[in-house]
Amino acid sequence: MQDSLKSTSYQQLEQKSKYTNMFLRWFLYFILILFASYFIFPLYVMVVTSLKTMEEIRQGTLLSWPSGLNLESWAVAWGGRGYGAGDTFLRPYFWNSIKMVVPAVFFSTFIGAMTGYVLTKWRFKGDQWVFLFLLFGCFIPFQAILLPMARTLGVLGISNSVIGLVLVHTVYGIPFTTLFFRNYYISVPTELVKAARIDGAGFFKIFFKILLPISAPIIVVTVIWQFTQIWNDFLFGSTFSFGEAAPIQVALNNMVLSSTSVKEYNVDMASAIIAGIPTLIVYVLAGKYFIRGLTSGAVKG
Amino acid sequence: MKTLKIEELSKNFGSTEVLKKINLEIDEGNFLVLLGPSGCGKSTLLNIIAGLETINEGDVFIDDYNVSKVEPKDRNIAMVFQSYALYPSMNVKENMIFGLKQAKTSKEKIQEQLEKVSKFLQVDQLLERKPSQLSGGQRQRVAIGRALVREPRIFLFDEPLSNLDAKLRVEMRREIKKLHQQLKTTVVYVTHDQTEAMSLGTNIAIMNHGVIQQNDTPEKIYNKPSNTFVADFIGSPSMNLIKGVLKENSGDLLFKVSGSNLEIPIKDYDFKDKSNLNNKEVFFGIRPEHIFFKKFNESDFEINLRADLSEYIGHEQIMTFDYANQEVLAKFPSTIKIDLGKETKLYFDLTQASLFDAQTEERI
Repeated sequence: MQDSLKSTSYQQLEQKSKYTNMFLRWFLYFILILFASYFIFPLYVMVVTSLKTMEEIRQGTLLSWPSGLNLESWAVAWGGRGYGAGDTFLRPYFWNSIKMVVPAVFFSTFIGAMTGYVLTKWRFKGDQWVFLFLLFGCFIPFQAILLPMARTLGVLGISNSVIGLVLVHTVYGIPFTTLFFRNYYISVPTELVKAARIDGAGFFKIFFKILLPISAPIIVVTVIWQFTQIWNDFLFGSTFSFGEAAPIQVALNNMVLSSTSVKEYNVDMASAIIAGIPTLIVYVLAGKYFIRGLTSGAVKG
Repeated sequence: MKTLKIEELSKNFGSTEVLKKINLEIDEGNFLVLLGPSGCGKSTLLNIIAGLETINEGDVFIDDYNVSKVEPKDRNIAMVFQSYALYPSMNVKENMIFGLKQAKTSKEKIQEQLEKVSKFLQVDQLLERKPSQLSGGQRQRVAIGRALVREPRIFLFDEPLSNLDAKLRVEMRREIKKLHQQLKTTVVYVTHDQTEAMSLGTNIAIMNHGVIQQNDTPEKIYNKPSNTFVADFIGSPSMNLIKGVLKENSGDLLFKVSGSNLEIPIKDYDFKDKSNLNNKEVFFGIRPEHIFFKKFNESDFEINLRADLSEYIGHEQIMTFDYANQEVLAKFPSTIKIDLGKETKLYFDLTQASLFDAQTEERI
């Protein structure tokens, strides 16, 4: 008798906990969907608007579906309308940005790797001070160095050029890249370097043959970080370049803010998406490694 | 000619002295173990021999040639590390021949060495594998293989077994011993494990605070420790050190503890210096395994002590006795039954006893 009583109450409890769990689960999904929509919503508006004609934009609502795949505004954003003065479009600036971002990412990553290698595996007197000052570079507000940097670029004769921007981005990328590589290499056993030294490998050989081949995760992290930073940079681009030499973000700004004619929202949206696509591609291709690299610990030899 | 000779070597990191005037010599084919607690400087000494650390004072000679300022790769040494330090991106074969390639050895010679060593260490089936695909024991073999292919004058081992689990450690220890017996190469081996040191070494140098406390054969280290540090460090449980004084009584020497009538006759002890022994404060040292529960030798000295504690550890038991308020440990077979809290007849094997000066802690 008592047993059956007990078992019913357990059954009730079981039922109850089932309902509670189900409710919590649905609540969780609700919250997740809410947040996801919050982030997806602007992108949706951008994509949809870029596919509409100006007529549709004026008549429809922000959320309304476009009548068809109207890619004209994308073509205008990328290649312009084909008439002379005042026609701003993204293509040349897109290539400016590529020409700036590729070498800047390469050099800052490479130099960061080297510096991280030296700071962890070839310790020298005062190395922690060097590291500290490098870290300091991560915290400097970039507005503070605009004037001295402009002067430096002027003296070097590379102001208002892609090369100048490459230099600026490389220099201000090094603190971050060094930090990444230093933290990665510190978990690599120093015995590896000792073994290689006994085997007769020198400074560069150890770096290229032993350390670099196991650095893939942190290289990916650094490349993504640097690429995003440099591609999305507006401050340096707008300060140290103008006109022909400007990177895409500056051009985007000029395009959207040009007050010559009617606001063409569809073209603006298409331009903004074009300017954002490369970072998106990088994330999609390497995002998996990005997470792995951020969380990867010691390298087991 | 000594294969390795270290003269008056000192090393400091900033203001901390890590090694203080170390002198050491190794003959061809010997297996020297540097043994000591962590932080005693043994690994630093090994790194200095390898050339991975600089020297502040003193010199290192290999085959009578001063190598103090010679690069690691030119010292004709090879080293095996605690973490194995196999190059993660290279497979076993590339790991093993990396050094030979750096030294621009001919392809035929590299191939010949690789085949010979990989067969010898039974890693010839693993040549294409990456280190991450190997077990701990296999990694250790490859690490040893990488050292072997270079045919060095001296092998340096830096705690090579401490990353392995207990069972594998015993196996690898035997293999290293076999390896040394077959190849008869000179070895310097760093460890903090006394069992490893005892079983592997032809010589053991016990270090503490950057000073070599004793450099002797394992037997001498065990039987005639040169000071209380060595006596205490070697053996498990370590040697009993009973504090007391020596008394001369009509030509016979006695060891007494003040406030107790227990006395032990010191008869055939091999004193370094026989003078001034009367009233000398000393430690009387006897190992737990030299205290018996029945008379084995004619010369065994009978004494009654109270049993306080029994620790059963399977094949044996460790008993704690009270000797005038000082603890004395003894090791008996676990089959012997001893009542706690009662006086028990014990027999000290006095031929195995050691005496240390209580002030200097040196053997007398």
